[in-house]
Amino acid sequence: MFGLEKKDWNLLLFVAALVALAPFILNPFPENSAMAQFNAGYPDLMQRFVIFGIFAIGFNILFGLTGYLSFGHAAFLGVGSYAAIWMMKLLTMNVIPAIILSVIVAGIFSVLVGYVTLRRSGIYFSILTLAFAQMSYSLAYSVLTPITGGETGLQPKVSDPRILDGAIADGTIPKANLFGLEMGASFDLSIAGWVFTFNAGYYIAAIVMLASFYLAIRIFRSPFGLMMRAVKSNQQRMNYTGLNTKPYTLAAFVISGMYAGLAGGLMVAMDTQAGPERMFWTASGEVVLMTILGGAGTLIGPVLGAGVIKYMENILSKINSDILHGWFAFMPDGMEDFTVAILYPFIGKGWHLTLGILFMLVVIFLPGGLVEGGQRIRALFGRGKAEDKPSTEPAE
Amino acid sequence: MGILEVKDVGKRFGGLQALGDVNLSVKENSVHAIIGPNGAGKSTLLNCFVGKLIPDTGSVTFDGQSVLGRTPYEINQMGISRVFQTPEIFGDLSVMENMMIPIFAKRDGAFRLQAIPHMMEEKDIVEAAEKQLVDMNMADKRNMHAAAMSRGDKRRLEIGMCLAQEPRLLLLDEPTAGMARADTNNTIDLLKQIKDERDITIAIIEHDMHVVFSLAERITVLAQGTPLVEDTPDNIKGHPKVREAYLGEAA
Amino acid sequence: MEAIILQILNGLDKGSAYALIALGLTLIFGTLGVVNFAHGALFMIGAFCAVTLSRILTLSHTIVDETRTDFLGNPLKVEVPYVHDIFGVSTGDVIIDWAVPLSILFAIPVMIAIGIIMERGLIKHFYKRPHADQILVTFGLAIVLQEIIKYYFGANPIPTPAPDAFKGSFDFGQALGFDPNLIIYPYWRIVYFAFAMIIIGAVFAFLQFTTFGMVVRAGMADRETVQLLGINIDRRFTLMFGMAAAVAGLAGVMYTPINSPNYHMGMDFLVLSFVVVVVGGMGSLPGAVLAGFLLGVLESFASMREVLAVLPGLNQIIIYLVAIVILLTRPRGLMGRKGVMEE
Repeated sequence: MFGLEKKDWNLLLFVAALVALAPFILNPFPENSAMAQFNAGYPDLMQRFVIFGIFAIGFNILFGLTGYLSFGHAAFLGVGSYAAIWMMKLLTMNVIPAIILSVIVAGIFSVLVGYVTLRRSGIYFSILTLAFAQMSYSLAYSVLTPITGGETGLQPKVSDPRILDGAIADGTIPKANLFGLEMGASFDLSIAGWVFTFNAGYYIAAIVMLASFYLAIRIFRSPFGLMMRAVKSNQQRMNYTGLNTKPYTLAAFVISGMYAGLAGGLMVAMDTQAGPERMFWTASGEVVLMTILGGAGTLIGPVLGAGVIKYMENILSKINSDILHGWFAFMPDGMEDFTVAILYPFIGKGWHLTLGILFMLVVIFLPGGLVEGGQRIRALFGRGKAEDKPSTEPAE
Repeated sequence: MGILEVKDVGKRFGGLQALGDVNLSVKENSVHAIIGPNGAGKSTLLNCFVGKLIPDTGSVTFDGQSVLGRTPYEINQMGISRVFQTPEIFGDLSVMENMMIPIFAKRDGAFRLQAIPHMMEEKDIVEAAEKQLVDMNMADKRNMHAAAMSRGDKRRLEIGMCLAQEPRLLLLDEPTAGMARADTNNTIDLLKQIKDERDITIAIIEHDMHVVFSLAERITVLAQGTPLVEDTPDNIKGHPKVREAYLGEAA
Repeated sequence: MEAIILQILNGLDKGSAYALIALGLTLIFGTLGVVNFAHGALFMIGAFCAVTLSRILTLSHTIVDETRTDFLGNPLKVEVPYVHDIFGVSTGDVIIDWAVPLSILFAIPVMIAIGIIMERGLIKHFYKRPHADQILVTFGLAIVLQEIIKYYFGANPIPTPAPDAFKGSFDFGQALGFDPNLIIYPYWRIVYFAFAMIIIGAVFAFLQFTTFGMVVRAGMADRETVQLLGINIDRRFTLMFGMAAAVAGLAGVMYTPINSPNYHMGMDFLVLSFVVVVVGGMGSLPGAVLAGFLLGVLESFASMREVLAVLPGLNQIIIYLVAIVILLTRPRGLMGRKGVMEE
């Protein structure tokens, strides 16, 4: 269906169900229970899940398929953000033109960067992309302040021209919308002790994410996807088979840059702001983490990785020592303090430590990420077939 | 006029004259072997044919067109396929995918962005690849991970991939190097079969005399970067100069 | 003229840090073939060795001084560092004052140990893995190390002053016959530069004149052949890793008075040091040193007011810009060898 095999179609349906029901799935605990802090079903976080999902899906098209490890992908996300915010300032608060322009601008920028960086491969490529991204960050931070707002970044203001929109009443903040439907609009559904929030912005981002995911599946299964996997496997053989690897890798780079731009544009659509910190190299590192953690080269991996990392970032970082003490209150005092002291460095502000450890463990023991972990568990229970005979398709 | 014409080719690496005054003509639809002791410049010469090296002097033409200054993929698109000393295949892909890639390259050229259609929906490609797998006697390995195959099978796959492009000239760089006797014989049989069944020119660089004398119709002996003799296998066998330069050394 | 001399001098201290980190990175890359993203973290840990030692030296206990009273008339409680008890007040004060240079002695064994543990415990399992995996696992390690430091020392920079003897500045201009106060240069930066030169000299001498160093150099050129000679190269490479870690650590120790250490200083330097390594040429030790100083000085020139007036923000991007241009025009870097990382 829609040009997908049954297996891929099922995967798409699965992801679609996941994002559609996310407000329920992510809010498994009643509003006032002690476990409510593990609920992730609030609009802000759910939006970030799908937006970073798009970012990681795109990154995976480059890294997962061709094996070129870019350490500067956040630059495209940042450029997309700035493009979107300018659309909102100059044209309209409707998110459609903003998102379209962010994809186009990120695409153009990635053609330029890709053309230069792809002349080298391996570690040189990684460092070149890193250098480009850091340069973009520094430029956005300082020199290009008239365009980027420097350190403070950009927000739509009442005084902006916004030629397509009517005048906004003084004292109100311009809000991003889709033909009048505000991104922030939410509908709360209370059932017994549970509260489920359905947010317009989230669902719009989710639809874009599903479309991106669908497109990624098509790319993976296409002749172009085959060529990119061939680039990763053996460039020498490609050249001697009459194939020019450069345009293939450049195309992968640009597609993945456009995904990043799309993510940046959507981010602006949700929070109507853009700043240079989105381009900092740690932001580039984060998308690498997401992709590896989930499983590079697999379809679902980046989505999973983005979800896990954003969940940890938001939920783990909220736990403080009081909460820990609350959990372990059942223990004798000394043991309680000891347990809390052991766990404390890993939560709250220390969640990066957990992330770093988790990431190292994945790279060391599970180079295929969570997807490989899942496959191994399935194999343990005898459901997976012997893995030495991969099908003609990459794993899902 | 041969399909591959090498005129006065010379190549220097620093102080070392790797090739000097190489003249060679490979006739269409023949099997031409280039032999010589280690360091005779065989690989250097081959690399000049495929765009990996550019000779300092002389010319190399394929079917009347110069190959010098062209990249490997351009030369391949002209109709020259190369088999490497250690099989170069796409180890991470399945055997079927390996076979599809050269057929895509033949049909679509050096680059074509087809990101939307499913690769298995390209019926002409799939059919051609499947036929080639049957021809290569590898249909049962269709879904195997290419890297997991034996060396002999990898070689067979690589030759199959080259043939799938229906090249006019097939270059083989020591195709049986490092192979067990049984695999070597299989490869010889395969190449004989190819020679009999197809209109193809084969140029082969080889160390193993058994392979050379089983296949070649013409042999060029290279020594110290210069062709020593060129003749039929029977004449080469007894040639005193060759014994001196090559067989003498080998003993 | 004065301005040029001043900028060259200003670039030297940052250049020294770049050179020292890049030297270690290159040693590790050249010998072990590993791209170590955690190398910046080693620089940072070195800096925190200095912080730790100065904290240890100022560890105090409280005594009640009957001879003095506080404003309420009670006997005054004073904090007395233990070093005062051990060495007496005056010697103790000197020791506290010299905490940073003393940290060198403390940092060498610590850094070598960390380096060896890192190599044996983690890096060695990645020799045969793709470079991307090496980058990723060391990147993860860098995050972990930096978070551990952040947990124990907090997120704010910790001022760690130089000994009093090196406070203040030297008037270079006057010494060279210019007007006074034109070219002034803090003493500590002179110390830092001299220190960097000594370390770099020591590393090169070590590689040049010892058997160990000869084996390492041979291993950098052709690992397999050296192994064929029956030399246990792995153990030497482990020690080499320890040495590279010590070099980075010492660079960090001595850098603390120039910039107060914080937990992310390693990453800040790492990104630039990688650029330095690539500009110098992957696997070339002299290249790393040369590029380190070159980029340090260039950065310093780019931050001159006159330059910024014409090209604002150039100081922020100059290093990246140079790296991009060099990589595109001289793909092997300034002094790179053929065949290194060219797959």
